[in-house]
Amino acid sequence: MNDLIHFTLNGEKVTSDRSANERLLDVLREDFKLTGVKCGCKEGECGACSVLLDGVLANSCMVAMGSIEGSEVVTIEGYSETKRFQALSDAYAQTSAVQCGFCIPGMVLACEALLAKNPNPTDAEIRKGISGNLCRCTGYNAIVEAVKIAAREGKGLW
Amino acid sequence: MQSISKSIPKRDHFPKISGRAKYVDDLQIEGLLHGKILRSSVACAEINEILIPDLPNGYFVIDKNDVPGVNSVHVVDDDTPVFSDGTVNYVGEAILMVAGRDLKVVNQILKQIKVIYHEKQPVLDMMKSDTIFYQYGYTKGDWESAFRDADKIIEEDFQTGYQEHVYMEVQGMIGSYENGKAIIRGTMQCPYYVHTAVKRAMGFESDKVQVIQEEMGGAFGGKEDYPSILGCQVAVAAYKTGKPVKVILDRNEDITCSPKRHPAKMHYRAAIKNGEVTGIDADVVYDCGAFTTLSPVVLQRGLICATGVYDFKNLRVRGKAVKTNTVPNGAFRGFGGPQTFFSIEMFMDHLAKEIGLDSVRLKERMVVKQGDDSATSGKYHFHVPFPAMIEKLDQISGFRKKRETFRHQTGRYRSGIGISLVYHGCGFTGSGERDLIKGVVKVVKNTDDTVELLTAGTDMGQGLKTVFAKIASDTLGIPLEQVIVQNPDTDRVPNSGPTAASRSLMVVGKLLQRAAEKLKQDWKPGEYQEVVEKYVHPDFMIPWDLSKFQGDPYPDYSWSANAVEVKVDTLTATTEIVGAWGVYDVGTPIDMAIIIGQMQGGFLQGIGYGSMELLGVNEKGVIRNNSFSDYIIPTSMDVPNLVTEVVENTYDNGPFGGKGAGELPAVGGAPAFVEAMENALGVNLHHTPFSQEDAMKVLEALKK
Ligand code: FES
Ligand code: FES
Repeated sequence: MNDLIHFTLNGEKVTSDRSANERLLDVLREDFKLTGVKCGCKEGECGACSVLLDGVLANSCMVAMGSIEGSEVVTIEGYSETKRFQALSDAYAQTSAVQCGFCIPGMVLACEALLAKNPNPTDAEIRKGISGNLCRCTGYNAIVEAVKIAAREGKGLW
Repeated sequence: MQSISKSIPKRDHFPKISGRAKYVDDLQIEGLLHGKILRSSVACAEINEILIPDLPNGYFVIDKNDVPGVNSVHVVDDDTPVFSDGTVNYVGEAILMVAGRDLKVVNQILKQIKVIYHEKQPVLDMMKSDTIFYQYGYTKGDWESAFRDADKIIEEDFQTGYQEHVYMEVQGMIGSYENGKAIIRGTMQCPYYVHTAVKRAMGFESDKVQVIQEEMGGAFGGKEDYPSILGCQVAVAAYKTGKPVKVILDRNEDITCSPKRHPAKMHYRAAIKNGEVTGIDADVVYDCGAFTTLSPVVLQRGLICATGVYDFKNLRVRGKAVKTNTVPNGAFRGFGGPQTFFSIEMFMDHLAKEIGLDSVRLKERMVVKQGDDSATSGKYHFHVPFPAMIEKLDQISGFRKKRETFRHQTGRYRSGIGISLVYHGCGFTGSGERDLIKGVVKVVKNTDDTVELLTAGTDMGQGLKTVFAKIASDTLGIPLEQVIVQNPDTDRVPNSGPTAASRSLMVVGKLLQRAAEKLKQDWKPGEYQEVVEKYVHPDFMIPWDLSKFQGDPYPDYSWSANAVEVKVDTLTATTEIVGAWGVYDVGTPIDMAIIIGQMQGGFLQGIGYGSMELLGVNEKGVIRNNSFSDYIIPTSMDVPNLVTEVVENTYDNGPFGGKGAGELPAVGGAPAFVEAMENALGVNLHHTPFSQEDAMKVLEALKK
């Protein structure tokens, strides 16, 4: 029997009995049914599986369960309850930045991680901030534009 | 801007951005089995024997002997097997499936299975293939005289590589079998293609097969034919096991065995007389891979596009699609057009140099206009807005001045700017809409006066649900909230045809508009009403004759003018894309932000195709780089200055003036990029993708 792993998931204290070398991505999707966390590659290259791990953007496919004892994990399901999410969502809607949507939960969390550090990013800073998240649909402009709108219209939130 | 072009929030915005939208791998289904496919590790062989270990209880092996109908997947032809028929023809071909409750156990079983192959020499080079799947050709004018009387004949070879779709959501499907009925759900562009294929493989009647599209995480053509194959495989597995079976590919597996853009080799000749191009002779070969899938139609489009947007009076165009022992290629945004468009655009650049003109001057001089004959002796029936588009392109990119400035450069950094002019023919090629697809839509008014649009059209991110809803709401004069559009389910929707060929808005959207007009005239509040509308072929079209390869292959065309500017460091061969500008005519945009999003995403894919998306096959027929760490697509950092504009050129036969849009932007990026590179490097270039390594080779050769 494995030792239980304790962590905070979207604000709630939870435990997992999965072994230490399992991927956080699989545990979130399979055990906690948090299917907003997407799997695009399982090798840390696409960012579709992004979550916030203690406030920092992380590819959950590259995070071993053994490393998250005591950590705080936020997925799109938790983040979508926040005012900041609302500001980003409104901005994405204005630029129609959601196409197929598969990269989007991860992309939104990348935007959050960026804005939390830098509430008024330049175009170049935004492009750098989301450069670990691949999007095949949009060409990225609509997303960059949305981050600027969110920063402007969500003033004070970050 | 027309009022319908004003953007609205996309219908699927919130479910997708909040992570609530369910893609096929997100569905929770009771008693589900996981399936994994055992794939060929060799490119060409007979299978002598398959050694299967004892299976634990509740685990199954599914193979060709379990197919209740015909062991073949109907695409255009029927040569693709559901499971290997005893031979394998490419690395990645499906041999059998293992299914069971625990995916880890399934994977262990898969590892223990041994396949004994009797290997044969694979054919990997398309030029050495001795199997021609399809060939077509056509002539126009008197090409023989043009070449006989020429002052000069120029000949060049061009080559284009694979391109992988990289939809972010891999291929995936769930099959179940309940009460004598096969139910297939998953990520797919064309539910009725899957329906037809499954019916045949299972030997079932139409009403015993149901296909449901789930939310789709991108496709770009990559989910046009492959879902028919996977759909048959999960249907057979569900039939055998009596349980729902889910197969989701791994990314490496997906890159290994799903279709790509056809690599092509093209030989072009031009006759030049008195400083004019008087004839073109093009000979093209497309590499199909091991099975035919959609190749006949891809090749047809490639040949139609072979002479680009120019009014050549004398032509000969020939092409063949050949078999190799590699992954079968299929549909990819542009569908055969990007290969030949690359060649003709590069060739025009080189011909201009021969003639002593700037390439843009030559292109402008020869570009087609309304009323001209098309290459296949059809007609350009409608206004071709190239002059205005080129002017607009100059305004936003400053290309005319830049080309002058870049002519005389010295020093370490060299700039270049390339221009491409391209089209995409809107709709299914040839007489397909009339003879094969015969699209039907149904509009239902419920007793609460909500209106549901029933079509087989799928939303893969391109915004179909939103634009269909806008068309209905505007036509009926009812609020958008009153219009319902759901993902198609073949038990509920009529066959309006595939979501492909940039046809959905123009063809299916038009049918919806007509149905909505009829409903409006007959609107009875509080009553249930239905209107069914069927495709009518435009009567202005010159009939398409495939045997002669003549006539109007498309009712109309969407046009684009593209510029890409680069700056090359001649010491390191690193290239910066300084800017990319595209101007598009897609008729009236039904939603401006959606159209701009399509143009930007497609343009970036086209630039990726031209510059970095390199997929290699080794001497054993194995794809060398089947992962995201090795197959590189553009990130947010690669083309920061990407500018797109539309010109409005209403197409009267489309709904509210709209025509095909989705594929067009993927066509012009590669030739514009590679012309920019030849501008900067001062040489003629002939292949795509043109990578940093290629630039290094050129620079080293120049040093010598
Ligand atoms: S799935 Fe984790 S980075 Fe791609
Ligand atoms: S919206 Fe499709 S991958 Fe980003």
